[in-house]
Amino acid sequence: MITPLKEFATDIRIQEMIEFKARGFGHTGGSLSVADCLAALYGGIMRIDPKNPQWEDRDRLVMSKGHAGPALYATLALKGYFPLEELKTLNQNGTKLPSHCDRNLTVGVDMTTGSLGQGASTACGMALGLKHSGKDARVYLILGDGECQEGQVWEMALFAAHHKLNNLIAFIDYNKRQLDGYVKDICDLGDLVAKFKSFNWYTTMIKGDDPDLIRQTVLDVQKNQGDRPGMIVLDTIKGAGVPQIENIPLNHHTNVTPEEADEIIAQLEEFKRKG
Amino acid sequence: MFKLIYNGEKEKKAGKKVFGETMQKIVEQDPLAVYLDGDIMNSIGTLGLEKKFPDQVFECGIQEADMMGIAGGLSAVGKKPYVHTFAAFAARRAFDQVFISIAYAKNNVRIIGSDPGVTSAYNGGTHMPFEDICLYRAIPHSTVIEFTDSAMLASLLPTLKDRPGLTYCRLNRKEGTAIYSEDSTFEPGKANLLRDGKDVTIVACGMMVGESLKAAEILEKEGISAAVIDMFTIKPLDEEIIKEFADKTHAFVTAENANIVGGLGAAVAAFLSESTPCPVIRVGVKDEFGQVGTPEYLAEVYGLTSKEIIEAVKKAVSMK
Repeated sequence: MITPLKEFATDIRIQEMIEFKARGFGHTGGSLSVADCLAALYGGIMRIDPKNPQWEDRDRLVMSKGHAGPALYATLALKGYFPLEELKTLNQNGTKLPSHCDRNLTVGVDMTTGSLGQGASTACGMALGLKHSGKDARVYLILGDGECQEGQVWEMALFAAHHKLNNLIAFIDYNKRQLDGYVKDICDLGDLVAKFKSFNWYTTMIKGDDPDLIRQTVLDVQKNQGDRPGMIVLDTIKGAGVPQIENIPLNHHTNVTPEEADEIIAQLEEFKRKG
Repeated sequence: MFKLIYNGEKEKKAGKKVFGETMQKIVEQDPLAVYLDGDIMNSIGTLGLEKKFPDQVFECGIQEADMMGIAGGLSAVGKKPYVHTFAAFAARRAFDQVFISIAYAKNNVRIIGSDPGVTSAYNGGTHMPFEDICLYRAIPHSTVIEFTDSAMLASLLPTLKDRPGLTYCRLNRKEGTAIYSEDSTFEPGKANLLRDGKDVTIVACGMMVGESLKAAEILEKEGISAAVIDMFTIKPLDEEIIKEFADKTHAFVTAENANIVGGLGAAVAAFLSESTPCPVIRVGVKDEFGQVGTPEYLAEVYGLTSKEIIEAVKKAVSMK
């Protein structure tokens, strides 16, 4: 038997495949690798009310790796922000579900992202504003690993630590691959944990494929971060949970035929039943 | 309503002193107003506000890209951000962050770029923005303003607090030519007719407003009647007043402390060519980079003087 959070993560992957099937292609790799993190956050960590998506005191999520929009849309639809049926409009003409997250188009999306590095700063600004308003809402930020090649991420890292933004918890979806290949071959990130620690963030690295572990780690970070921002580096696989996509070397953006999607969805349903 | 006090003399107070006083009033009066700066508070008269208002004023350090994104995030949680840096950095350095995290994301942020055009003087080519008007105009739904003098700065800046979307303001932090009385008020998008005329219309912004008034006085003695319009809101352009004066004078000169590529002159010429075609001569920087020098020397070098305006007027009138 799989846990309720793992089941939620699997449902997110199933709904993602329904989105990709309807359009025939999409940012599959990075949308799959982040599913377990989203399951942990929307599966109990975040203070949210899908019936009141603009609730002032809600926790916010900024998907700075904005191309993982399909993962966030699947999560939001499963939480009831909008009908599941709408997921089939991903990237269709006139859709409310574009490739990259848009807070003005999609109910439940807290920030517009897509130009990498920028969600880091907007999340930081939200955390700064909430903290200085005396609100106890938190901001969760999801960065891509390749995204950390952007200098803006490190500007934010300095600022958030200097301003003691302990209402900010960031994740790096460290799936090792970017559009052109392996991160280590393109512009190596070195030791991300040591880097963020040296920027005075409360930092830890865990396996990123277990939403229950992610949940527990977030709670631990909240307890221990003191006056520092928190960073959780998630050791993930690009395309996680779907071997057919994991095995494509360049899987940042892939085609998905209806037959492939159906086969993957059947596999995931099977996983839900048998674990 | 405004009152013209122009007599060719300089202002008594530098723009930076007025900016410091005005910014303090804004954060005092509205707890939701916040002010961000990128390590040039000491140059714009605001250093110390971050200590007086630690929940509203944030020194970001030298990281303009991050600062623009932070401003977007602050707006998204209900704050009313004002952001200041040198105009060159506000425009070139952080353009994508302004475009995406502020404008495209529909956040409400005011960006103040100081030292426009030749007023950056001894900071030279790296710091001399001739292109900021063009870049900010190109952002959909943006508002682009150039404060004509300190009286306008003090009156207009607080009223922009609740303006939706992206508003960019050019600000001279030194003493410019005094144009308006201190009790004048201004409405974004509504240009000011400073001088009526029947032969030609001069449309100017920023430091070129004073030069235009000076040119009009000289032209009058030569028998040419020139209207002068202060187009302090470059976008959205006050098309109504341009149309009115196109019908009346049938010839235009524009004057700006910026590159004529994509600037005020380009905006006026584009509108006229599609509504009331007539001669438009643009006074401004002719597609050049900046350099060090006194503002007066640089104004001569780049052709930003009343002399250039007078020549342009004569050319425009001859083309009618």
